[in-house]
Amino acid sequence: MKSPRFALSTLFGALCVAGATLAAPALAAEEVTLYTTREPKLIQPLLDAYTKESGVKVNTVFVKDGLLERVKAEGDKSPADVLMTVDIGNLLDLVDGGVTQAAPSKALESVVPANLRGADGSWYALSLRDRVLYVEKELPVNSFHYEDLADPKWKGKVCIRSGQHPYNTGLVAAMIAHDGAEATEKWLRGVKANLARKAAGGDRDVARDILGGICDIGLANAYYVGQMKNAEPGSDARKWGDAIKVVRPTFAKARDGGTHVNISGAAVARHAPHKAEAVKLLEYLVSVPAQTLYAQANYEYPVREGVKLDPVMAGLGPLKVDALSVADIAKYRKQASELVDKVGFDN
Amino acid sequence: MIWSCGAALVALIVCAPLAALGWQAWGASAGHWSHLAQYVLPQAAANTGLLLLGVGALTAVLGTGSAWLVSAYEFRGRRILSWALLLPLAVPTYIIAFAYLDLLHPIGPVQGAIRALLGYDSPRQFRLPDLRSLPGAVFVLGCALYPYVYLSTRAMFMTQAANVLEAARTLGAGCYAAFWRVALPMARPAIAVGLSLALLETLNDIGASEFLGVQTLTVSVYTTWITRSDLASAAQIALTMLVIVVGLILLERHGRRRQRYAAAQRMRPMQPLRLHGWRALLAAGLCALPVMLGFVAPALYLLWETQKRLHLVGGVSRQLWAAAGNTLAIAGAATLITLACGLVVAWAARATRDSGRRRLTQLYARAAGMGYAVPGTVLAIGLLTPLGLFDQALSALLGTTGLVLMGSAAALVCAYAIRFLAIACGGVEAGLARIPPSLEQASRLLGESAGGTLRRVHLPLLRPALGAAALLVFVDAMKELPATLLLRPMNFDTLATWLYGEAARGTYEEGAVAALAIVAAGLIPVILLARGQEKMPETRDRDQKPKRTAVDRHDPAPVHGDAPALAGAAHISDKQP
Amino acid sequence: MTASLELDRLSLAYDTPRGALRVVDELSLALPGGHIGCLLGPSGCGKTTVLRAIAGFEPPIDGRILLDGAVLSSAAHCLAPERRRVGMMFQDYALFPHLNVQGNVAFGLRRLDRACRQRRVAEMLEMVGLAQAADSYPHELSGGQQQRVALARALAPSPELLLLDEPFSNLDADARERLAFEVRDILKHTGHTAVLVTHDQAEAFAIADRIGVMAQGKVAQWDTPYNLRHHPATPFVADFIRREALAERRAAAYARGARRHG
Repeated sequence: MKSPRFALSTLFGALCVAGATLAAPALAAEEVTLYTTREPKLIQPLLDAYTKESGVKVNTVFVKDGLLERVKAEGDKSPADVLMTVDIGNLLDLVDGGVTQAAPSKALESVVPANLRGADGSWYALSLRDRVLYVEKELPVNSFHYEDLADPKWKGKVCIRSGQHPYNTGLVAAMIAHDGAEATEKWLRGVKANLARKAAGGDRDVARDILGGICDIGLANAYYVGQMKNAEPGSDARKWGDAIKVVRPTFAKARDGGTHVNISGAAVARHAPHKAEAVKLLEYLVSVPAQTLYAQANYEYPVREGVKLDPVMAGLGPLKVDALSVADIAKYRKQASELVDKVGFDN
Repeated sequence: MIWSCGAALVALIVCAPLAALGWQAWGASAGHWSHLAQYVLPQAAANTGLLLLGVGALTAVLGTGSAWLVSAYEFRGRRILSWALLLPLAVPTYIIAFAYLDLLHPIGPVQGAIRALLGYDSPRQFRLPDLRSLPGAVFVLGCALYPYVYLSTRAMFMTQAANVLEAARTLGAGCYAAFWRVALPMARPAIAVGLSLALLETLNDIGASEFLGVQTLTVSVYTTWITRSDLASAAQIALTMLVIVVGLILLERHGRRRQRYAAAQRMRPMQPLRLHGWRALLAAGLCALPVMLGFVAPALYLLWETQKRLHLVGGVSRQLWAAAGNTLAIAGAATLITLACGLVVAWAARATRDSGRRRLTQLYARAAGMGYAVPGTVLAIGLLTPLGLFDQALSALLGTTGLVLMGSAAALVCAYAIRFLAIACGGVEAGLARIPPSLEQASRLLGESAGGTLRRVHLPLLRPALGAAALLVFVDAMKELPATLLLRPMNFDTLATWLYGEAARGTYEEGAVAALAIVAAGLIPVILLARGQEKMPETRDRDQKPKRTAVDRHDPAPVHGDAPALAGAAHISDKQP
Repeated sequence: MTASLELDRLSLAYDTPRGALRVVDELSLALPGGHIGCLLGPSGCGKTTVLRAIAGFEPPIDGRILLDGAVLSSAAHCLAPERRRVGMMFQDYALFPHLNVQGNVAFGLRRLDRACRQRRVAEMLEMVGLAQAADSYPHELSGGQQQRVALARALAPSPELLLLDEPFSNLDADARERLAFEVRDILKHTGHTAVLVTHDQAEAFAIADRIGVMAQGKVAQWDTPYNLRHHPATPFVADFIRREALAERRAAAYARGARRHG
């Protein structure tokens, strides 16, 4: 019973171990190595396009969590050239953790606005994602403030994902910046009282649950809308997308009402063996073709101005970004997380 | 001597990541801790406690009940059911969770059917309570983890209970009385073994708990690390949990200490009672229920979703094949290494004569099993530091540039081996315990050295135990996700990470193909395992031609033994995007 | 094969948490070559420990064990069991369950070439009367047959000494009696020196040339069965023998009565 399997496994194992330990580095010059937390399906088309255009091979390591720990542990032998991640907090953690280096670049600086990049090019935003309100499509809701989510009239009608998820803590941090910690805590308690079901699941579950009648409104990222509404007719995702409409909320107290956004961004690794290639990759990612891919394939909001959007996303109207500096969101992040705990939002 | 050195080395390697975690934990600031203690931990601890209680009760009932029915009675379909009841082992808990979330969603098939029956049009008029709750998590985990209890209890019923039950019958006890007053109390140690495994899995589960919105201690370890970027506090919580787990295991072991010697009775299979008519149907139905819930429903769901998506996905992509190949290779290598290390550690504990040294080698054996008590991610984080140090030392000594161990498949295999060593150790220990010392003495007196005795006597007799342990390690390694995500090499996917990649954006149904592949790949070892259990000793008949059941007769099931003896479901951990 | 065994002030102890527990105290006896000796005594008297010491599994804390004048064990040095030319029969037979009878008997014959090995196995099986069972597996044989295989296996490598650890206690009374006489016949025929350990007086008297009555780690008397019965050295010995004999007579009387009325 064991013999054939074990013979096979031994062979596999030997090959694998041999291959692996031999194969570790020896990178050629025409290569760049990317460590990212972004989902492979989203990034791969961009990287393939880059390879096609420039001929440079891109090695990717998709790390779900622990990017900082892994790069730190790898130390100065780390083969990582570019570190890419989602959420400003994560990106700044990388910078603060000392695993990035400054990478000034005229091309990048001309495209990426100053409030969406670090001084000295320590980090750059590559795309934006706004956090919007999904509404049951028949409801007469046309404008909304984030603060309204705590209004008792929505009792038992709100769906949202875990309060501790970075997308939500980012929003809470922005709210602290706008409205102060005390008001935010009250808001959180109010939203919790309005929840129709546990704060869990993903953003698309908000749409699904709206269709399923569990709730009427909820907060989620906008790019899912593009994905759902562009899905094949008859598929589940399309049904969910067709059940909702989108309203871009703003902060009540902000003078220039804007919608909360978070970013996906990248930085050059501190011990990058191919720094020049790394900067070139970043420059490519903010170029028109790449940003168009971001906009059309991923339905994210490009950081570059004037890029053509997907029709569904364009149909949501122009995006007015909240004037708050993105770095401020990172500043209040920890406090936001603690407030979520204090209120017991996820319980 | 050489064996105990080997065992010490293995124990050291296993403890290295834990030590690294401890070092991380040391750096935590008091401020974080007070916040956690006030707002996070009480609720998390309460949720964890309730979850453990609920899952414990459900798995005990499902596992023991089905084991009893399958052992004590004969009815149509019993043969198939007896191994089918193990099938949920092939499905990761995370997959079962999202399958049920879809199936039981207001717009899903089940509620749709109920609405049609009751005459409602839209979910807004009628819907059932949400699965995303503590009871929902208890249900999902119970259906996924009952096979542990089933496995150990069934082995015990089939080999130990015969004499005692027949005595009970002669004393006038009917079926029910025999079960409640004799079989159940006798099965307590076996139930305890299975339960401890199931509860350990529950404790370390992240995927299903998080997905269903239950804030357990493990989930709070995760969120503390990820969202608060506070690795030190996360390590503290993880280590505290580890201490509690170790304490519980020691307690359980102490309670079972005396019972181990009772297992040395003569092994005889039970004579099952034939059932007819409605009783037979009832028995079959009751046994089929856990299989339906834990395997058939999720598997059908996956098949359905896959065929819906097949034209989109365009068949099975080349990358999926590559991922499958990687998975098999890594799992195979990890199985071999884990078995070898488990053998070294267990043999060292057995072979030392000197009582002082023996306690030491037994300590090594316990330490070697620690990797199982820690969630996959935590272990992986802990492993980063030693790997990094090792690579730096290597470069200092040999002048190698670049990373050697970190970021290679070898690191991944290492992580798996540390994680699953407990299975191998426990399995080999239990197998060794069933080999009487007189066999070894006979071999020695016939001129065979200690090493030769190991080779010619013990290893052949350990084959069933080794085989079962190998299968379980293989299945676990195949399904492992969190450590793989953290440690994997470049451009490298396993089936589980592929599934994660597909599912990460919430497009779970597109991950269905990968999920199906995981389940399918896990099925083969699980079925082999189940078949291995099936080879129970037949009643003696000397007129028959000799069958090769000589070994099985003395080694009916490699399940008795210590707490981390066997294990199954992996720790699929998945964070929502 | 006719090696003589000598135990010279042998002392054995167990390691307990509370210190060394002396089980056998300055035990001395001499068994001439070709004779069958027996250590007889109640449970816990240390007889099995002595046997294990002779086999090499228990190192002595004092005294020596000599086989044909060569020191096997002493407080300073203990020869490994596989290097002693000693064979053993166990209470639970200890047949290797994964090997058939042929494989079991051939186990200690690695050094012989294939043809020699097969011949020797056949010879041994013939000697114990199990030539036709060569292909069977242990679990397919009765207790008595298994014990015969164990005897064949132990004698196959031509040891200088055979040890028997309560080898008949797992058999029923009938098989026990039969096998005991058979084993004695075989051993006398081959001329092996043997040491038997048992608590059953009938067995001891049936098989052994010299019996040592043991109690609490010491041998009270080491003598022929006749002398033990008729010239006991100590009251304890006299008592022990007589008590057993009494029980025997009672059992025989009962059996006779049953037969008459049955």
